[in-house]
Amino acid sequence: MDSIVYLIFRKMRQPLLVLIITHALAILGLTLIPGQDANGEPWRMGFFHAFYFVSYMATTIGFGEIPYAFTDTQRLWVLVSIYATVISWIYAIGALIALVREPGFQYALAQRRFVARVRRLSEPFYLIAGYGSVGSELVDVLTDRHKHVVVIDADPKQIDLLGLQNLREDVIGFAGNAADTQTLLYAGLQHFCCTAVVALTSSNEVNLKIALTTKLLRPDMQVICRSDSASIEANMASFGTDHIVDPFETFAMHLTMALQSPGLYLVRKWLSSPTYIANAEPIYPPLQGKWILCGYGRFGKSVYERLTNEGIEVIVVEATPEVTGKPHHDFVIGRGTEAATLIEAGVQDAVGLVAGTDDDVNNLSIVMTAATINPDLFVILRQNDRRNQAIIDAIDARMVMQPSHIVAQSIQTLLATPLLHDFFTVATARTDDWACALVSRLVAISQDISPAVWETTLDANDAPAVAEQLALGQLITLDMLVEKNQPSVTGLPLIPLLLARDEERLLLPEGSTSLLPGDKLLWTGPQSVKQRLMRTLLDAEQLEYLLTGNIVSRGWIFRRFFNPR
Amino acid sequence: MHFEKVVFSFFIVLALTLNFGFILGEIENPAHHPVYELFAVILVNLIATILKFGDRSQMGAFLLSTSLVAMLQLGAAALVWVIAIYTLHLPLAGGVMAMIVSLAAGAFLANLISVILLLIEAAMLRR
Repeated sequence: MDSIVYLIFRKMRQPLLVLIITHALAILGLTLIPGQDANGEPWRMGFFHAFYFVSYMATTIGFGEIPYAFTDTQRLWVLVSIYATVISWIYAIGALIALVREPGFQYALAQRRFVARVRRLSEPFYLIAGYGSVGSELVDVLTDRHKHVVVIDADPKQIDLLGLQNLREDVIGFAGNAADTQTLLYAGLQHFCCTAVVALTSSNEVNLKIALTTKLLRPDMQVICRSDSASIEANMASFGTDHIVDPFETFAMHLTMALQSPGLYLVRKWLSSPTYIANAEPIYPPLQGKWILCGYGRFGKSVYERLTNEGIEVIVVEATPEVTGKPHHDFVIGRGTEAATLIEAGVQDAVGLVAGTDDDVNNLSIVMTAATINPDLFVILRQNDRRNQAIIDAIDARMVMQPSHIVAQSIQTLLATPLLHDFFTVATARTDDWACALVSRLVAISQDISPAVWETTLDANDAPAVAEQLALGQLITLDMLVEKNQPSVTGLPLIPLLLARDEERLLLPEGSTSLLPGDKLLWTGPQSVKQRLMRTLLDAEQLEYLLTGNIVSRGWIFRRFFNPR
Repeated sequence: MHFEKVVFSFFIVLALTLNFGFILGEIENPAHHPVYELFAVILVNLIATILKFGDRSQMGAFLLSTSLVAMLQLGAAALVWVIAIYTLHLPLAGGVMAMIVSLAAGAFLANLISVILLLIEAAMLRR
């Protein structure tokens, strides 16, 4: 606010001084020069009339010689005044317009609007720095869940893009350097509604600075950072950055999960996407046989490492091994888009193909060429740009993976339900049969749409009724909460996915598990059942009935006379 | 010697002296309060106000506010003059002149404060 007013004052000082002095001289001259009235009597113009006349003369409105026709002496003075005042007037207007059009002024205006909008926010919001491919995916994913987001990006074009996206929530964007602490403060770092900061800029150093700034100013705030350098990651972790996301590593981990445990991969897809339609059958990629990996960039390398760790034979196809480097053995130079290269790599007797270059057109071309040679190939397609969705859908790949979407999805999980992240970390160690059993349990409870996933903490805030009973030493088991211990109720279709007690993580806890104060639970189930469970956690009478089968009398009179206790 | 400072103080002091000159004399006597002097007071005050624009210091803010007060008072005085003569056709002598001069006297006080602030700043200056 202040900066704009001062900017105008400072820049307009000289034009205004020139304007005032020329006007004052013109007015003074008119009052001093003798004139005549309609009858030829001597008459002098007063300041009032002079000011009136000069005002319309300078602005070239020109009402004529008012109130009486001028004498020649007056006209001589007016002639001089016209040029002086009109020029000074145009000069002042020109200076004002130039000021308004100045980029610095426009920037100050945009900044002021941004600060005001952020200040007005009264609901929890996330602060996202960097609106690249992952950033825009994340904003999409978050706004789909009706979360509020503030975005900053150094590139004004990216912020302009934000305005063109068809998002479900209004996103506040600002083009500014996120490495600058002041920009972060403008974006609401100190705002009491700001719940987490996500640093997704392409520069590791900038992300590091954002994390450091946030941890210094708001030590309790959740910080998630993108980084693809091990030393920066260690640095970030050293001052307590909550989560560090390496996009290449995340993508490769995702791919490994798809290969190693298709059941768990399905569970993940199911639980982390609100609109995913249940497809009960896991997809099994062939693990026995040779795989071809096209593209050996940063993604390719992570994938290669994961696949060879699985004991899979991998042939790499890369067009520019001198730039990307090459694996120790088994590689073919070429793009993979021509049949010759693919045949050289042995596509005829391969079982799988990963089209993993950073160019969607090349990837599609690879898939189509490979399919003509070996129609039975299991194809994993990397999608780089989500605008290519239509052509990607048209090709019949067994598995499509969009790295930026996967990374955005996992960041969303970290923000909304951190326990779900823990769940998958623990669950990767389990066998695929275990995951498939979970899939069938999920199918049983869900009603065609993805089940909701949520966390509850057994404390006075989230579950006051339960916390109270636990504090009294009452034994509460999981079965009691999901209404399975009383014969008169049927039990809720809910699955407790994870029980977190201090550092301990209990996967799919048994119904007989007794609960302790402060336990955190991760649930999944239909949205309607979630409300029901919430009521049990909040309502002491409801809980009492589930625990003991007694219906508690309400009101003092009933309790006094009708309750035997 | 800093030329900008000279111009700045010149206009602030001139605003005060002209203002004093205008209000000096019998309060109801138009002959003691020439219209050209009021014009000069308004002009110099306007210039002084604009010179104070864009100063972000604390003192700058005070100086600007005193100038704005003076402009308000002088503007009111000029308006009274115009309305009395041109629309109501009242004689200047008597109540009208007293009203104009008392408004200008208020502006004089504001200008006085402005000069005092200028002196304080000059006294605090360490360079």
